[in-house]
Amino acid sequence: MRKILKLSFLPVLASAVIAFQPATSAHAEDGPTVKKVKERGQVLCGVHQGRYGFAIADSKGKWKGLDVDYCKAVAAAVLGDASKVKYLPMGSVQRFPALQSGEIDMLSRTTTVTLTRDSALGLNFGPPTFYTGTGFMVRKSIGATKVDDLKGAAVCVFPGSTTEKNIAALFASKGMDYKPVVIESSKQLVGAYMSGRCDVLSMDQAGLPGHKQFDAKNPDEHEILPGVFSKEPLGIGVRAGDDQWFDIIKWVTHVTFNAEEWGVTQANVDKMKAESKDINVQRLLGVKGDLGKKLGLSNDWAYNVIKQVGNYGEIYDRNWGPPLNLARGVNKLWTEGGLMYGFPMK
Amino acid sequence: MALPTERPIPQAPPDGAAATADTKPRKRGRTVPPPTERIPVLRWARENLASSYFNAFVTAVCLVALYYIVPAFVEWGLIDAVFTADSHEDCRAASGACWAVIEEKHRPMFFGVYPYEEHWRLVLAVMIYIGAVGMTMIRRFWSYRILVPLWLFTLTSTLTLLWGGVLGLSAVDTTQWGGLPLTMVLFSGTIVVGFPLAIVLALGRRSHMPTVKAVSVIFIESLRGVPLITILFVAVNVFPLFLPQGLEFDKMLRVMVGMAVFFACYEAEVIRGGLQAISRGQYEAAEALGLGYWHTMTRIILPQALRICLPGIVNHVIAAFKNTSFVLIIGLFDMLTATTSVLQDPVWRRFTVEAYLCVGFVYFMFCFALSKYSHRVERWLSEDKRF
Repeated sequence: MRKILKLSFLPVLASAVIAFQPATSAHAEDGPTVKKVKERGQVLCGVHQGRYGFAIADSKGKWKGLDVDYCKAVAAAVLGDASKVKYLPMGSVQRFPALQSGEIDMLSRTTTVTLTRDSALGLNFGPPTFYTGTGFMVRKSIGATKVDDLKGAAVCVFPGSTTEKNIAALFASKGMDYKPVVIESSKQLVGAYMSGRCDVLSMDQAGLPGHKQFDAKNPDEHEILPGVFSKEPLGIGVRAGDDQWFDIIKWVTHVTFNAEEWGVTQANVDKMKAESKDINVQRLLGVKGDLGKKLGLSNDWAYNVIKQVGNYGEIYDRNWGPPLNLARGVNKLWTEGGLMYGFPMK
Repeated sequence: MALPTERPIPQAPPDGAAATADTKPRKRGRTVPPPTERIPVLRWARENLASSYFNAFVTAVCLVALYYIVPAFVEWGLIDAVFTADSHEDCRAASGACWAVIEEKHRPMFFGVYPYEEHWRLVLAVMIYIGAVGMTMIRRFWSYRILVPLWLFTLTSTLTLLWGGVLGLSAVDTTQWGGLPLTMVLFSGTIVVGFPLAIVLALGRRSHMPTVKAVSVIFIESLRGVPLITILFVAVNVFPLFLPQGLEFDKMLRVMVGMAVFFACYEAEVIRGGLQAISRGQYEAAEALGLGYWHTMTRIILPQALRICLPGIVNHVIAAFKNTSFVLIIGLFDMLTATTSVLQDPVWRRFTVEAYLCVGFVYFMFCFALSKYSHRVERWLSEDKRF
């Protein structure tokens, strides 16, 4: 036993060794986020812990997803290297304190932009990078083709979510009754629907095609009803009070929209830079003007974003293309009837 | 155990009574062992499975349950199972388990988001670590001359492998640590920081010095009354708000300290139980010998107290191992969190059960080894009271 006691002092040593680890971030002097990011050489980006299409570790443990690509885009714009990102997976409760306390520089984590979050939480949000909302999937056998057919249906839904409230409001407005089946975990929620405990599965519509295609025994037995029944614009959050950083987030997002609109892709960006006669493209890629300098960045900031990450269409297809093949819907460019509208870059 | 006297005693058969020769009737017919006793297997079964009507009933129920569960499990887990698959389609086609999901996802499950090319460092670190733990468990190596260098080597080598940044190894930030190595680091950190703290707290709580006692009581009671998840949340998100600008501790270190403190509070109460079980006479005898407080404690009281409460201590150690999975709320990818996260992949998420079974098995192996080892230590201690 004496030996055990002696051994118990080894730990002190172990903790001492661990404590000697160098601090991971540079001095947080008062000043703009850009300064910190440049000193550190890394963007600290809060992402989801695991949501396919937005942020998930793939089979090699590499982060992938639309939100992840925007972390990369910002790193490419500010540091010239899309790989200089430190991903910090965040729970939904923890994400806002993490941003407020400066643990992360940007929050790119399926965050719905709302007035309260923008104001009371002291945050700012960039232009939405993904529009989604509540959707419904039904078994074809119940014979419903639109939401008005769902009178008296049993609806599987997450508890306490905005979805739950949206559905209550939606059904009340149509004067229909329904039976909510409230289940906490997404796996069990989907399981309950698949096993027939409810007629309707309601959740964020971006998730529905995946469940139809991969969780159903026979995908043809299910149908996703047309329409989106709540507004969930997902945008990148930053702390209020640093206008330069907010501007960068905002305009990096617009770069991805505009690049798609003007046909600048990862593959042709070098050619475009050398040959394009379009004044918009020339300004975008830093051939003419000083857009980058105005943001406090190098003039090839947008070139780096497109070269290393791609335009919005490429980002979308990379993350929502095969195997899910989620239709773009309102996430198309405004020129094609969607909501993605890049602001003028001049 | 059957008493030897109950065994049929072979005797020379009396004339004309060959059939019942070896079961010579005794005074009461009841004591005649049934014929099954002659077959060892049946005897074992009777004594262990059906020693009373109730036990026989329980056995029957269990057998029926096994009859339904085992074949179904074997069919699902082995016969119809897919062990390797070119794509998830192979798994979808099969009716049994899809063990191929582990082959597909084992890297992030066991190593989290640690850079893929550097995974060999983790494998090496885990091997060194397990080797060192294994050696430490063997009683023959219990001496400073072996254990101090061993652990100095183990700690420097494993932490160097994990962190990198020297010897041409690329630096890997703690936020990228994950999987099994993270579970091990968190667990070891919790125990090695928490256990000495627990002893200090337990002694403090029984101290005659009012301040020391008050501090210990407040510390234990306030932290024991809070869920671990809250402590971790405070350590990660609230604590930095109080720090002066520019001063920053590593997130994983904060988490580990949080876990260690939580562990120490529970363990302190277990150890206090052991301390209370030591009779007054022991203290008085130590005093009579002229031993001071620390000598009394380290040489007389604690060795006995820790022996008494060893099962309780191990109980919390095992709980601490499983508590490491709470780091999910602060975004570190331990084995369980990493598995949950990577299996959000829609293509593979049908097969989460298989992946969780695999992780569960790893947890079980560690906890079972711990528990077995603690039994052995208990035996050593009861054999060797002097120790």
